[in-house]
Amino acid sequence: MSYRPIRFSGAPGTPHGAASQRRIIRCPGSAGRGKSEGCPDAPRRPPLLYLRIAGYGFRRHSAYRAAALAGAFTNTVFGILRAYVLIALWQARPGLAGYDVADAVTFCFLSQAFIGPMQLFGGGMQLSERVRNGDIAVDLLRPASLQVWTLADDLGRAGYLVLLRSLPPTVVGAVLFGLVTPEDPATWAAFTVSCLLAVVVSFGWRYLIALSSCWILDERGMQSLSIVMMMFFSGMILPLNLYPGLLGDIVRALPWAAIVQVPADVYLGKHDVTRALGFQLLWAVALFALGALATRAARRKVVIQGG
Amino acid sequence: MVRTYLLLAWTWLRASAQYPVSFALMTLGSFTLTGLDVAGIWIIFEHTESLGGFGLFEVMFLYGTSGLSFALADMLFGNVERLSQHVRAGSFDTMLIRPTGAFIQMATDRFGVQRLGRIAQAALVLGISLPRLDPPWSRMWMVPLMVVCGLVIFTSIFALGGALQFLLTDAPEVANAFTYGGSTLTQYPLSIYGGELVKGVTFIVPLAFVNWQPALYVLDRQDPFGLPYWLRFVAPVAALLLAVAAALAWRAGIRRYRSTGS
Repeated sequence: MSYRPIRFSGAPGTPHGAASQRRIIRCPGSAGRGKSEGCPDAPRRPPLLYLRIAGYGFRRHSAYRAAALAGAFTNTVFGILRAYVLIALWQARPGLAGYDVADAVTFCFLSQAFIGPMQLFGGGMQLSERVRNGDIAVDLLRPASLQVWTLADDLGRAGYLVLLRSLPPTVVGAVLFGLVTPEDPATWAAFTVSCLLAVVVSFGWRYLIALSSCWILDERGMQSLSIVMMMFFSGMILPLNLYPGLLGDIVRALPWAAIVQVPADVYLGKHDVTRALGFQLLWAVALFALGALATRAARRKVVIQGG
Repeated sequence: MVRTYLLLAWTWLRASAQYPVSFALMTLGSFTLTGLDVAGIWIIFEHTESLGGFGLFEVMFLYGTSGLSFALADMLFGNVERLSQHVRAGSFDTMLIRPTGAFIQMATDRFGVQRLGRIAQAALVLGISLPRLDPPWSRMWMVPLMVVCGLVIFTSIFALGGALQFLLTDAPEVANAFTYGGSTLTQYPLSIYGGELVKGVTFIVPLAFVNWQPALYVLDRQDPFGLPYWLRFVAPVAALLLAVAAALAWRAGIRRYRSTGS
C-alpha cells in the first residue's frame, strides 16, 4: 500500500471549489461543535482571509520564542565579528564605495537584522516539507490560492521575527559601535516599504525553491544552492558596491540585491528612493508571476508520496 | 568505537545516495558556499593591500588552516549540533538504549560526504597560500600540528554546544554563535578585533590557538597585542584542556537528560 503515488490532474477553482469555500474555512475551536450556523466571524472575503492567515503565521511563530531569541543572539555575535572586518577595511580605505566607517557598520548590523525576516538562510516555509510528507494534497484542495496563502503566512512570520530577531542585534550594534540613524521621517517610511518589498522578493525566490521539491522530491540540494545565491548576491557577505567591475554591475541588477542591499541603502540614504522601490517592486512582481506559473505546473505534476 | 563510527557513517552515506540529484547539488553547494568566504577575502583585497597588518596570502593561510580544522571537525563530529531535534522528537531515547555511545551515534547522524567539498576547498586555499609565503622549513612542523589542534578545539566546541542543548533544548542556535562564530572569527587575523575580544578568545574560549598563535610562529610575526612568546607553542595544551571540559560537560548533560516522554 505504501509509496503508491496519487496523481492530481485537473485545474483548481472549479465551481465545486468555489461553492464549498464558506464551509471549509473555520475559525479555531469551532470544529466539531456541530452548530449549523457555523463560525460567526468567519472571513467572507479573500483579503480578510489572507490577513487572518498572516495573523496565524505571526502567532504560530510566536510559539518559538526561545528559538527566535537564540537566533538573535547568534546574529548579534556574527554582526560584531563582521563589523570588525568592515572597520578594518574602511580604516585602510576611508570613504570606500561612498560609505564611511559608520555607514559600513550600520550596513553590517542592518544585514544581520534582515536574516530573520528576509530568511536569508533559506527555508522558513513548511511547503517543501509538506510536499515530502504528502500534506500538500490538503493544501491543494483548499479553495484558496496556495501561493497567496503561503505569502500571507510568510508575512506573518516575518512580522514576528522583526520584533525578536531584528531589534536585538540592531540595539546591541548601536550600543557597541554607534549606528547611523536617519532623521527624516520620509526615510523611515521609505525604509519600511522597502523592507516589506524585500520580504516579498525573498518570498518569491524561496517559494520557487520550495516548489522545486515537487520535481526533485528532496529539496535540500536546491536549498543549499539557494543559500549560496542569497548570501553572495544579496550583500550579506560584503556590501554589493564593493564588488568590482562587471561582477558588481551584474549582482546589483539581480533580485537578491533587492533583499539586503537596496533596503540598507534606502536606510542610509545612498539610493534614489523611487528607483530603489521601483527596482524591488519589479522583482517582486516578476518572481511572483514565475511562482504563479510554477504553481500551475506543480498542480499537474505533483506526486503525493503516500505511505 | 572507530569500527562503530565507520559502520554508522557508511550506513548514512548509503542512505543519502538514494537521492542522487540532491546529493550532487549538496556537495556542490557546500564547496561553493565555503568558497564564498574566499570570494569575500578576494573582494576585500581588491580594495586594500593589507587587513589588520596582514597581506592577502597571510590571510589566506589563516583562512586555510582554520577552514581545514573546522571542516574536518564539522564532517566528523559536527552533527552533534542536531541534538536538540532528537531530544524534542524523542528519538534521543532510542540512541541511549542502543549498545554504543550516544556521542558516536550523534556524530554520525546523517553523516554526509558532501562536507568533503568544504575540506577540499580549505585545503586548496592553504595549498595556494603556503608556497607564496614560503616560510622556513624549520617552522613548517607547526602547520600539521595546528590543524590537528584546531580539529580538537572545534570538536570540543561542537561537543560543548551539544551539551548546552540538553539545557537549551528550545534554543539550539545559541551553539552556532560559538561553532560557526569561532570558525568565522579565526578566518581573519585577530589583529582586526578589539583587545578585550582577543584576550577572551585566548584565555577563556581558546580559539586563538586554532591558528592565530601558531601562525604567528610560522610566519615569524610580532604579536600585535604584545602577548608572551611562549603562547605560540601551547596550542596542544589548550586543545587538551578544552577537550576535557567538553567531555565532562557532555557527561553532565547525559546524566541530567530527561526524556520528553513522547
